Amino acid sequence: MKKPLLALIGLIFVGFLIDLSFDAFIQLTLIYVLINMILAMSLNLVSGFTGQFSLGHAGFMAAGAYASAFLSTIFPMNPGPMQFVYFLFYAIAGGAVAGLAGYLVGLPTLRLRGDYLAIVTLGFGEIIRVILLNTKTVGGARGMYGITGPTDFTLGSWTISKFLIGYAHAIFWVVACFVVIWRIIRSHHGRAFLSVREDEIAAEAMGIHTTQTKVRAFVLSSFFAGVAGSIFAHYANYLNPASFSFNRSVDAVIMVVLGGMGSLSGSLMAATIITILPEALRPLQEITGVDLRMVIYSLALILLMILRPKGLMGTKEVNEFWRKYVRKTS
Amino acid sequence: MRQLLITILCTLPFLAGCTKKSSNEIVIGQYGSMTGSEATFGQSTDKGVRLAIDEANAAGGIKGKKIKLVTMDDQGKAEEAASVVTRLIEQEKVVALLGEVASSRSLAAAPIAQSKKVPMITPSSTNPKVTEVGDFVFRTCFIDPFQGTVMAKFATENLKAKKVAILRDVKSDYSVGLADFFTAKLKELGGEVIEDVSYSSGDVDFKAQLTKLKTKNPEAIFIPGYYTEVGLIARQARELGIKAPLLGGDGWDSPKLSEIGQKAIDGGYFSNHYSNETTDPVAVEFQKKFKAKYNEMPDGLSAAGYDAAKVLLKAIEQAPDLSGAAIRDQIAKITGHDGVTGKISINDKRNATKSAVVVQVEGQTNKFVTTVNP
Repeated sequence: MKKPLLALIGLIFVGFLIDLSFDAFIQLTLIYVLINMILAMSLNLVSGFTGQFSLGHAGFMAAGAYASAFLSTIFPMNPGPMQFVYFLFYAIAGGAVAGLAGYLVGLPTLRLRGDYLAIVTLGFGEIIRVILLNTKTVGGARGMYGITGPTDFTLGSWTISKFLIGYAHAIFWVVACFVVIWRIIRSHHGRAFLSVREDEIAAEAMGIHTTQTKVRAFVLSSFFAGVAGSIFAHYANYLNPASFSFNRSVDAVIMVVLGGMGSLSGSLMAATIITILPEALRPLQEITGVDLRMVIYSLALILLMILRPKGLMGTKEVNEFWRKYVRKTS
Repeated sequence: MRQLLITILCTLPFLAGCTKKSSNEIVIGQYGSMTGSEATFGQSTDKGVRLAIDEANAAGGIKGKKIKLVTMDDQGKAEEAASVVTRLIEQEKVVALLGEVASSRSLAAAPIAQSKKVPMITPSSTNPKVTEVGDFVFRTCFIDPFQGTVMAKFATENLKAKKVAILRDVKSDYSVGLADFFTAKLKELGGEVIEDVSYSSGDVDFKAQLTKLKTKNPEAIFIPGYYTEVGLIARQARELGIKAPLLGGDGWDSPKLSEIGQKAIDGGYFSNHYSNETTDPVAVEFQKKFKAKYNEMPDGLSAAGYDAAKVLLKAIEQAPDLSGAAIRDQIAKITGHDGVTGKISINDKRNATKSAVVVQVEGQTNKFVTTVNP
């Protein structure tokens, strides 16, 4: 945790190995895993750490995705070694738009609590989607296609594949999101988030402006959701408002709950499982001829929740387990 | 950070594997909405495609090899379509792809097929943009603007109408496209558009526009809209005493049309992909086989799926080898294929030029009237 840069370099090296040894389908799934990781971690900040139940995460992802895709039509990417910088720029802009949307949504709604908040965020998520559905400049219901994505390029005698660029970009944001949230939770802002989760009245009594605190968490969370959307837009090269329906918000909530509300490493694990499980079960459909995929997937979720009601990790992080069990025995 | 690394490393073997390949088989991939809110689209198409492939296998396969169809479900989601198509290409090593019904999902998958140089045929995506993605993407159905041309031909040749009025939906790309192409073709055939008025989808009162049309005494009225408004327009037109026949496109194709329009819409004509009442021997034969296999009548999507699969099989048979480029070249050369939905020829824009059927509304059923060739 102390050297995020080192971790980033290590992970990019892993990506290099993946690039050499696996086919494009696995690479695509891996990118989706990374996108879902960002989505789950960012939602965890609001739902897990701040204790506000939001059902509109897909809406912010959509805002970021469309903003970033639209920006790439105004400032077209230069296919070369600099493309990483372009993607970074698109992602930051997409995130900023999503963050702004989060601010506008959060300001009035975060005065609400519990179920009311869930319903209002759900409504706002849908509003963003419906606005996109009716905007001709981004394709409306037909969808936006031909969005610039990473391309292969040669650097001297080396060929950098488009996967590696997409992967490096995605992993950069996974690491950034992880480190930012990790550090914030351990700062005094983070303590404020946690206190709001534990007891709002007590937090207020201690002099914490609860609405402002919630809005802060919400904006940061929306920013990263927007970044996830931007990565999605440029790697899938196609956007359709239908991709950002209520179901995607629910997927994000499932990841957070499954991983453990308030555990970043839990979110990472859950995102990996939830993305890979349906794909890993696909061959089963061919063997049996019946679509058991979604049945098993749902059963797995139910079982997990029965056996581990607090999610995979609860509120703990992997390194705590590591210290407790692994270090002790060795 | 350690846990992240471990998570990723642990899941990699999970992802790998499950690739099987046999050299005695030609694998064709299909992606479609087998589940989800548009499940009937995918299932109908799949039935048609399977019928075509079973026939080919019963006849001994192609090049001495059996054909294997791998259908993957995209749940009606665009991002799933992209993911399953990547999977079909990378892991199932398909030689060609069939799909999708919805243009939006075809648009998501087409760039992948194009970049991997795997030919793709969509059976029923009519949006012109789909095949503009690249030279590996084809379709075996007509495109939206074509229907305008068909109806202009039908109006002048079958109805002998020279003075036609248009009532178009300005909010819809589809409607405006149809109306423009209708106008162009009608002028070419010596007809005349005497009045061109518009409405917006969602409107309920069309009396102002219809009164205007009535004063000009049109011989036919072309309404390229969707069934809800068309039904209302028909009723109000009859109330105003307009007796001219109403014409439209495949946006009319819904049981709701006669529910809304009731008696007023009876006798209206619209262009469609396929009609179960066709007398074309190929289509009759197809219906017989389809009924024997599934014990139900095929719908338009099954017919379109069957045709797309047939075209693909023909191309594979004629291709010197099984490379994507070889199959692509053969698909591009398809001319005069006797399909269930009409004679299919692939043009230089990789769209099918083929006939459309014109049907007449008669209560809940649509009566086959004629086939219009391009």
